[in-house]
Amino acid sequence: MDAIATYALRLGDDSLILGQRLGEWCGHAPALEVDLSLANVALDQIGQATHFLNLAGALEGEGRDGDKLAFHRDVMDFTNCLLVEQPNGDFAQTIARLFLFAHYQELLFTALTASKDARLAAIAAKAVKETAYHATLVSDWVVRLGDGTEESRARMIAGLDWMWRFVDELFVMDEVDAAAIEAGVGVDKSALRGAWDQRIDAVLADATLERPAARRPVLGGRSGRHSEHLGHLLSEMQFLQRAYPGATW
Amino acid sequence: MYTTDLSGKGKGKAEAAVAEDPALVAAFEARVANDEFIEPKDWMPEAYRKTLVRQMSQHAHSEIVGMLPEGNWITRAPNLRRKAILLAKVQDEAGHGLYLYSAAETLGTSRDEMTEALLSGKAKYSTIFNYPTLTWADIGAIGWLVDGAAIMNQVPLQRTSYGPYARAMVRICKEESFHQRQGYEIMMHLAAGTEAQKRMAQDALNRWWWPSLMMFGPPDDKSPNTEQSMRWRIKRDTNDELRQKFVDITVPQAEAIGLTVPDAALKWNEERGAYDFGDVDWEEFYAVVKGEGPVAKERMQARVKAWEDGAWVRDAARVHAEKRAAAKLAAE
Ligand SMILES: [Fe+2]
Ligand SMILES: [Fe+2]
Ligand SMILES: [Fe+2]
Repeated sequence: MDAIATYALRLGDDSLILGQRLGEWCGHAPALEVDLSLANVALDQIGQATHFLNLAGALEGEGRDGDKLAFHRDVMDFTNCLLVEQPNGDFAQTIARLFLFAHYQELLFTALTASKDARLAAIAAKAVKETAYHATLVSDWVVRLGDGTEESRARMIAGLDWMWRFVDELFVMDEVDAAAIEAGVGVDKSALRGAWDQRIDAVLADATLERPAARRPVLGGRSGRHSEHLGHLLSEMQFLQRAYPGATW
Repeated sequence: MYTTDLSGKGKGKAEAAVAEDPALVAAFEARVANDEFIEPKDWMPEAYRKTLVRQMSQHAHSEIVGMLPEGNWITRAPNLRRKAILLAKVQDEAGHGLYLYSAAETLGTSRDEMTEALLSGKAKYSTIFNYPTLTWADIGAIGWLVDGAAIMNQVPLQRTSYGPYARAMVRICKEESFHQRQGYEIMMHLAAGTEAQKRMAQDALNRWWWPSLMMFGPPDDKSPNTEQSMRWRIKRDTNDELRQKFVDITVPQAEAIGLTVPDAALKWNEERGAYDFGDVDWEEFYAVVKGEGPVAKERMQARVKAWEDGAWVRDAARVHAEKRAAAKLAAE
């Protein structure tokens, strides 16, 4: 896969894995309204994943479509960031993950609408509206939980603490990003960090929460070095495709 | 059915004790007989109110518990398209639960009270959701048969006498027919697939057929409340009429995709212009109503766990809203 295809693949993998994780909540959320909104975010992410992965397959030109990419790769070929594969944990941990990611995704997609690749730009233009809603929704929850009860506050702090080591990876640039930028297709993610920090800090302040202390980042997702969690997620997600090779559904 | 009367014996004691103004009752009965809608502020007999709360909350609970067997396959859906469709479908069911709870609340019972009744085992939900989803084909079978049966019952309820219920049904029915079609489409695809997929599809039909027929509730001669519910336009067809209609519509659908309905007694009756079919195992039905369905414990455990695990979240939301309201007040 060349750099541009890999670029689309990464975007697709992020959405796919996050959508898969959020789908685990369905039917088990703290309230009916929350069930509806988590399913809604999951649905948007799966939709984005479908577009990005189909595009990655088309750019690759070897006959793989989104399904082939989603259901027939092993851990080392997945390129999502480590943040999205983190387990749901309790509701606060799920909210922490979505909070950190949705703001990143909204900034990224906003910039991506200017991509020279019309297909990427078009997917981003649709997705950015969805992701702006996710960012608002999840920020409201961070505020409610942070400035709610003692228990919710403690859980929100613990959720952010779990996820914080995966933040830096979102903004790391490598040769794939460099090539995509060179071609006028990609986004300078490192340039998004300032705006992201501002957004996160504003919400945390409203939630009466401290920004977690800086820590040594855990990296590797973009090059296939994942957490132990991803293998389990894939074995569940890919079960039918693996058990019935060659069948269509 | 989601709305079949699954309550135990001994109802009507409290109702009988309340003396109601015969003129009001007569006026009410006349309006209903005239197919007028009854609205929340209108006078209504206590028994009508109670029956409706029971039926609507049971329907709402069925939508919510019904998310579990299908939710069981969201993470394992076989491709991206099926995953998105299933997520959307289960999300619709949550929405149905929400409309129905809201509609039932107009009768003066709060959603928390209804939830409490479900979690304590006091309230019932459709027996069908106490059966397990073992393979992907079960997702097809549920959409095709369970949503199909739900539509059959709910289309007439769009003209039910209680306005908020009827209006909720109009919205819900549109989505249920999409659910039925996507389920049948899954089955069609499997039935035309590999040998293993065909076997999966037939096995799902074998397991879901009889429980689906049970959804329409006990036979008419064992359904004592039907007459009153029909008079009140809370119910518009009898259990047996709906069951027959379901069989007549569904059997050709199974045949069209090469699946066999698991009933040796099934036979087209030229004279009646309908299918004759075998006896439903009513002993099993009553056992499942009593809470002895194969996965009844798992279903209740999952609902209780979601409710208990979510308590701190709901508390936080409430406390936060109070804090913000107090701060706003202080600033004024
Ligand atoms: Fe339903
Ligand atoms: Fe429904
Ligand atoms: Fe449905």
